[in-house]
Amino acid sequence: MNQFCIQKFRIQKFHFQRSQLCIPYGLFLVCFVLAPLVVIIYYAFTNGEGKPTLENLTGFFSSPNTIGTLVYSLGIAVSTTCVCLLLAYPIAYILARSKMKHKSVVLMIFVMPMWINFTLRITALKEILTVLEGNLAYHPFLNTLIGMTYDFLPFMILPIYTTLLKLDNSLLEAAADLGADTVQTFMKVTFPLSVPGIISGIVMVFLPSMTNYVVLDMLYNSTYIMGSLIGAYFSAYDWHNGSMIALILLVIILLFTLFTNRYADEDAGSSRGGVLG
Amino acid sequence: MKKVFGRVFLALMILILYLPIFVLAVYSFTDSANIGAIHGFTLKNYETLFTKPDLRAMIAGTLLLAIGSAFVSTVLGTLGAVGVFYSGRFGNAVVGALNQVPVVNAEVVTAFSLCILLIGVCGVDKGSFISLLIGHVVLEAPFVYLSVVPRLKQMDNSLYEAALDLGASPTVALRRVVLPQIFPGVVSGFALAVTLSLDDYFITSYTKPATFDTISTYVVNATRGSQTEIKTALWALSTIIFVVVVLMVFVMNMTGNRSDKDGKRAGAGNEKE
Amino acid sequence: MDRNTTRENIIELKHISRTFDDGFRVVDDFNLTIQRGEFVTFLGPSGCGKTTTLRMIAGFDKPTEGELLLNGEDIRDLPPNRRPINTVFQRYALFPHLNVFENVAFGLKLKKLPKTDIIKKVKKALEMVDLEDFENRGIQTLSGGQQQRIAIARAIVNEPEILLLDEPLGALDLKMRKEMQLELKGMHEKLGITFIYVTHDQEEALTMSDKIVVMSEGKIQQIGTPEDIYNEPKNAFVADFIGDSNIFSGIMTGKCRVRFCGAEFECVDDVEHGTMIDAVVRPEDVTITAPEKGIIRGVVTSVIFKGVHYEITVQSSKNEIVVQSTRKAELNAAVGLYIEPEGIHIMLAENTINRIESGVDKQYRLNFLGGMLDCDIASLIAGARYNTDGVLVDAHGDVVEPDRIKVIVSVKPDDITMSDDKEAGILRGHIINLIYKGDHYSYVVRTEEDEDFIVSDEDLWNMDDYVSLLIPKEKFHYALKK
Repeated sequence: MNQFCIQKFRIQKFHFQRSQLCIPYGLFLVCFVLAPLVVIIYYAFTNGEGKPTLENLTGFFSSPNTIGTLVYSLGIAVSTTCVCLLLAYPIAYILARSKMKHKSVVLMIFVMPMWINFTLRITALKEILTVLEGNLAYHPFLNTLIGMTYDFLPFMILPIYTTLLKLDNSLLEAAADLGADTVQTFMKVTFPLSVPGIISGIVMVFLPSMTNYVVLDMLYNSTYIMGSLIGAYFSAYDWHNGSMIALILLVIILLFTLFTNRYADEDAGSSRGGVLG
Repeated sequence: MKKVFGRVFLALMILILYLPIFVLAVYSFTDSANIGAIHGFTLKNYETLFTKPDLRAMIAGTLLLAIGSAFVSTVLGTLGAVGVFYSGRFGNAVVGALNQVPVVNAEVVTAFSLCILLIGVCGVDKGSFISLLIGHVVLEAPFVYLSVVPRLKQMDNSLYEAALDLGASPTVALRRVVLPQIFPGVVSGFALAVTLSLDDYFITSYTKPATFDTISTYVVNATRGSQTEIKTALWALSTIIFVVVVLMVFVMNMTGNRSDKDGKRAGAGNEKE
Repeated sequence: MDRNTTRENIIELKHISRTFDDGFRVVDDFNLTIQRGEFVTFLGPSGCGKTTTLRMIAGFDKPTEGELLLNGEDIRDLPPNRRPINTVFQRYALFPHLNVFENVAFGLKLKKLPKTDIIKKVKKALEMVDLEDFENRGIQTLSGGQQQRIAIARAIVNEPEILLLDEPLGALDLKMRKEMQLELKGMHEKLGITFIYVTHDQEEALTMSDKIVVMSEGKIQQIGTPEDIYNEPKNAFVADFIGDSNIFSGIMTGKCRVRFCGAEFECVDDVEHGTMIDAVVRPEDVTITAPEKGIIRGVVTSVIFKGVHYEITVQSSKNEIVVQSTRKAELNAAVGLYIEPEGIHIMLAENTINRIESGVDKQYRLNFLGGMLDCDIASLIAGARYNTDGVLVDAHGDVVEPDRIKVIVSVKPDDITMSDDKEAGILRGHIINLIYKGDHYSYVVRTEEDEDFIVSDEDLWNMDDYVSLLIPKEKFHYALKK
């Protein structure tokens, strides 16, 4: 029984190895996530000669073109988010509250398009819209709105569905018990409790619809949004102004996440992984 | 009545969502180049898809990139999650925060900034595929990390210690005890990474070599062009992808249900005593 | 196995201390020698450091100071996988992805034993825990009790020199726990290996152990056999923790004479005249007599039937005495109480400094026996400060909840003066004990809040005098209780 020979062991720390496993990933993040941010901050505040300047910033906010782009992007993003919300909430609500046997299957049907390449989906949509409208060029804003909604709807359905599903049925019974009718129960209990899911959904939809210029391109909408502006500066090798646009988007994202972090639902947060996980 | 109304609404939404895909699927089997009158059925589009060299290269390239980058992301993200889980507050805060950046950031911004760093500052040659691979890993690894972390949190921490106690070295304990516990998270992280890579347009278009295309970049280019042969071949591609996704979901549901039942049986056994 | 022939030391802990990163000392100067084949139990309330000590023996935690010797060799730096020690974990820690056989065989496979040996040993270990033929069952299909047995089998199959058990019966129901206690005891005898057992259940410790180590706040309070611990508790903590007991603070008044509860008793412990002591009296050692026959007199305030006996509470002036008796007493009856000299256990009072545990209110003001004391809580916590909302945050920026702060306020007997002006001091109370100590008197004052203060004073006061206590602000000392 005494075969353990203690003299033989080498002095070896054992607490070292596990935490060191994160070093490769940590370095990777520093090199390819942190460093690019530093680089665009540098470019955003320098000019072609490498001198520090605020021109890129003032230029953006003084040019009617760029301001127009910002307003147009916000317009697309706000309207897409609203339409998505108006469609997604009833879908998520009906699905989450129904006593259907195969709820998860129906949810899958709503989410499945997410896994088909979005350019192919927009291609399909384009063919249908062409049949309906004849020439897509007549309704650029409407088509873009339809395209964005078609693309991002699942991202709105998922988090709302998740929060509604978690809603404790006894809360609704309690509300009814205290005298609330169906509408009052919805307004005073269900809806407030689903706000975190709504916020997560908004985060998932709002930012991409400000920047996903491919949808506009494919639907023959030649107006610029913030994303296309970056693309244009990039193709023109104007990295300084491009970086400034990227930085402005970053600031918007930062403000957005700071604001929503308070309300967002942690579970519903990364709804891209929601179904898979 | 309300129930019927709800179901009709759901059905209508599903119809609208799938109408374009279905219509395209039907027309992919015809010889017409536009939605309208159908002249005759043919498999010509499918033939083009698998015979035209640049289409074949594009499909192969997309798949290879997706699987390769997902593999790298899975290794990096999983190691990161495990390492951070066992390290102190500081590591947790730094890696956790940096990990969140690509998740919330707009893909254009990620793509643009990475491209400026790699090509502009570091002078990496786009033709080497290095920037493309790094770009995809930046996009995917954070999601792998996020899908592994909850599994680690759920895991009973004394399992690792129990393995050491029974004579396993830290490496063996991680491989034989911790890895099996977090494996479902690793697998779903990998699957998520693959779908992210397949769906990506922005990172690819900013970091890819000029001669290389993925489905996304190819389709976007094709809509600018006017080659009907390619346009209708892409309809066939979209149909195939749709069928593959349906099959995958079906298989996933089947296996998911089975493991559910196993879990329930185990639970019942537990209550007995 | 030549057990019990030579009782050599298997493991020695010498001046072991463990301090956490935040400076909290979980284990403080722990000294213990365990002999081969012993069944040793670490007993104490949660947070007393018993599990940390066990983890240091297993190798999951490293002592910050001290030596840990196994068979005379220092094993401080020996990783857990190289120690001939196995653990039964609190929540079993069975590998859920492996079946029963694979779980039990885990350690043997790592040792690269031949397959036939492994099968034989696993079978034997499963027989030992009465779970033959369970090899192919999944872990989730087992009941809590069965999982417990598998966890034991998984540990003993490796034939460790020491088996560590970390509250292994905590998750089981009472009946199951009693069964397992006996089974573990039997297993210990059969295997002859050293068991180190951690529990907070005093009955479990008394039933199973050869030796009990009572711990509190990281320190050993007493080491001894179950009988020693129960009959001769070394201090008030041990007496209070093990079994029911009455504890009175008192003072030695002569050779084997002690004064407490306002009366003088004979006892068997010879402690120096004038020493402050704590007297422990087990409820079953108190006899109820006719009022005139008792040493002290009192009134019955409650009678509870407990099955085997009645639990009777008697109020005698300021003191409450709990009595266990098989004979019923009438509520509100005047009774006398008698205690045999053998029933009184004298323990030296731990210290003569008054220590009062106090909480803080929402504004982080110290609430000291109903009054507020001027003490900056932030200065007690390293790195703590108030944020802009007036909320206290620690060095990491985490909010410190006011209701989780406990402060020990201490004040020396010499720093307190007594006055008969009721409004003069911050506390008021009756003198419940006094002793002349050559040049001064030592008093015990029980305040209205039922706290006892030891006060030194040169003047003579009488028993039961109502006095107020004056304590100058600067004489208070504050320390944060972990």
